[in-house]
Amino acid sequence: MPLLRPQLPTGPHYGILAEFATPADLYHACERVRDEGFTRWDAHTPFPVHGLDKAMGLRRSLLPWIVLAAGLTGAAGGFVLQWWVHASAYPLVISGKPYFAWPAMIPITFELGVLFAAFGAVLGMFALNRLPMHYHPLFKSKVFDRVTDDAFFISIESWDPRFDPTATGKLLESLGARSVELLES
Amino acid sequence: MAQTESELLDNPVAGRPTLILRSPDFHSITEAVADPVERKTPLGWWFFFFPSLALLGLLGVAVSWLFWEGIGVWGLNVPVGWAWDITNFVFWIGIGHAGTLISAILFLFRQKWRTSINRAAEAMTIFAVMCALLFPGIHVGRVWVAYWMFPLPNQMGVWPNFRSPLLWDVFAVSVYGTVSVLFWYVGLIPDLAMMRDRATTRGRKFAYGLFALGWRGSMRQWHHYESAYLVLAALATPLVLSVHSIVSMDFAVSLLPGWHTTIFPPYFVAGAIFSGFAMVLTLMVICRTAFRLEHIVTLRHFDYMAKITLVTGSMVGFAYATEFFTAWYSGNPYEFFTFLNRAGGPYAWAYWIMVSCNVLSPQVFWFKKARTSIPILFVMSIIINIGMWFERFVIIVTSLHRDFLPSSWGYFTPTIWDISCLLGSFGLFFTMFCLFVRFLPMVATSEVKTVLPQADPHHGAAPQREVKEHRAALPRRVPAPGEA
Repeated sequence: MPLLRPQLPTGPHYGILAEFATPADLYHACERVRDEGFTRWDAHTPFPVHGLDKAMGLRRSLLPWIVLAAGLTGAAGGFVLQWWVHASAYPLVISGKPYFAWPAMIPITFELGVLFAAFGAVLGMFALNRLPMHYHPLFKSKVFDRVTDDAFFISIESWDPRFDPTATGKLLESLGARSVELLES
Repeated sequence: MAQTESELLDNPVAGRPTLILRSPDFHSITEAVADPVERKTPLGWWFFFFPSLALLGLLGVAVSWLFWEGIGVWGLNVPVGWAWDITNFVFWIGIGHAGTLISAILFLFRQKWRTSINRAAEAMTIFAVMCALLFPGIHVGRVWVAYWMFPLPNQMGVWPNFRSPLLWDVFAVSVYGTVSVLFWYVGLIPDLAMMRDRATTRGRKFAYGLFALGWRGSMRQWHHYESAYLVLAALATPLVLSVHSIVSMDFAVSLLPGWHTTIFPPYFVAGAIFSGFAMVLTLMVICRTAFRLEHIVTLRHFDYMAKITLVTGSMVGFAYATEFFTAWYSGNPYEFFTFLNRAGGPYAWAYWIMVSCNVLSPQVFWFKKARTSIPILFVMSIIINIGMWFERFVIIVTSLHRDFLPSSWGYFTPTIWDISCLLGSFGLFFTMFCLFVRFLPMVATSEVKTVLPQADPHHGAAPQREVKEHRAALPRRVPAPGEA
């Protein structure tokens, strides 16, 4: 579970940040970094590059399961609330309809299912991505400001078992990095 | 300019449709979108903002007077108990449907042209839902007990009636508003991070940085982000269809001739998309010119939007005809009277404004010249929204003003406070929209960048056609070892 892992490497260095010129360069570099066996590394892009998750070897997101659970909770809660109000807590005859007129309870059941599922999607995404996280060693890099504009990066963190400050930097250079930077923790 | 742009859009050599013109790089997209937010406030912005703010002030006055004096300040009375308040509510919630259609349904259908307009359309949705929520809130009369609409234990120990469409409506519209805000905010996060990274002052860096949540564009983040976006789109699609269906059930579940009809849900949804796209057209025509985004919001985008307007407008026209047919075919004299009275009674003027604005005028969009002419699009978008406001007025007021007994017949005339509330809601809408374009990036840059050709990681590799030719040249069957 990614949630249970500690978040940032300890030690003098956070890791290495390498900039690539185009999405294509980044894509091929990611395939190599993946095949070299690195595990604690990431790619940073201004937009989701199509297929890059596969080039990095990422597993499918768990998020849909969180959404399903949240949605079912909302729908069940909505249905039980209506049943409880109309058939149990305060039974009241309205227009001669049965107390437990379940077809009339479907719209609100649906709406509450959607509401909970949407919150599950957004809050679940925040949790899996560990957001908000307003401090991060990457923000110390000057070039990293362009990650939301037009720059493409690979960062390899220093606690990766295969990390080596010089050899990893050389590897990234050989993959066509424009610049390679060693970042402090 | 327009001539050359249409030529570019129709270029058969380009293959796939060009969505963004002038072949920009990633950085120039960032510049084009961030510049209007970072530039010194242009004079033209104040020109739009002040009148909007003045109308918002008018809304404040009108609503305060309404609360002070009561619902009697409006022109509604027996038999017309719902009039402009509910008309305005349905009108605004209808406009609010285009944003989700563009951002969710077109996303699921992989219509990449949506990326240029989805942010502004989603913002429009949220502001329209705000205007819509206002009206049911203020028309209840005793606003201080408006919380009776929510399932809260109150001093009487009575719960709201969950079997009533009016309560479904409370849930549908508030869930829709909430989910629209969530969807919009999730889409904004990468662009807020972009504004944070470009900020030159501490204040801006703090404000954008706070809401960007520390986004760092990491692929591990994008991975969950894209999953969340897809799920939200899949949730918002049935939601948006449910909302206007439920709004229509406020009417359809009643037993009133003119309201009690099963065609209402699809008919209302089509009308909602129709009016919403018209409002997107109005806003985008102004914004693309004012903020020089002509290369991002191109004539092709307008062409597509006009086609959707034509389709939904014709669906609405078909629904008008079906209603008439059903009223006659039912053999129910009350039902048929209601419809004859709509087209020929005291409100015939409103009915024929509705038909000419909604059914006849969009037919110009059969012609490409009209679909790609900015002045025609602008005028049409306003005509359509006038027509759609009248549609709701016709449905609500003409069905009510002739009760079953002629002694209960009446005629609704708006008062100055009805008019102030309607104008004031436009003030709320445009004030919010002005603030939006001033402080937030109005185009989803992280999405527009993905539709540029160089965003494809295989850009510059062998084109698909050559790969196919190469494959075709290969032997059909791999020869077995030893075989010649």
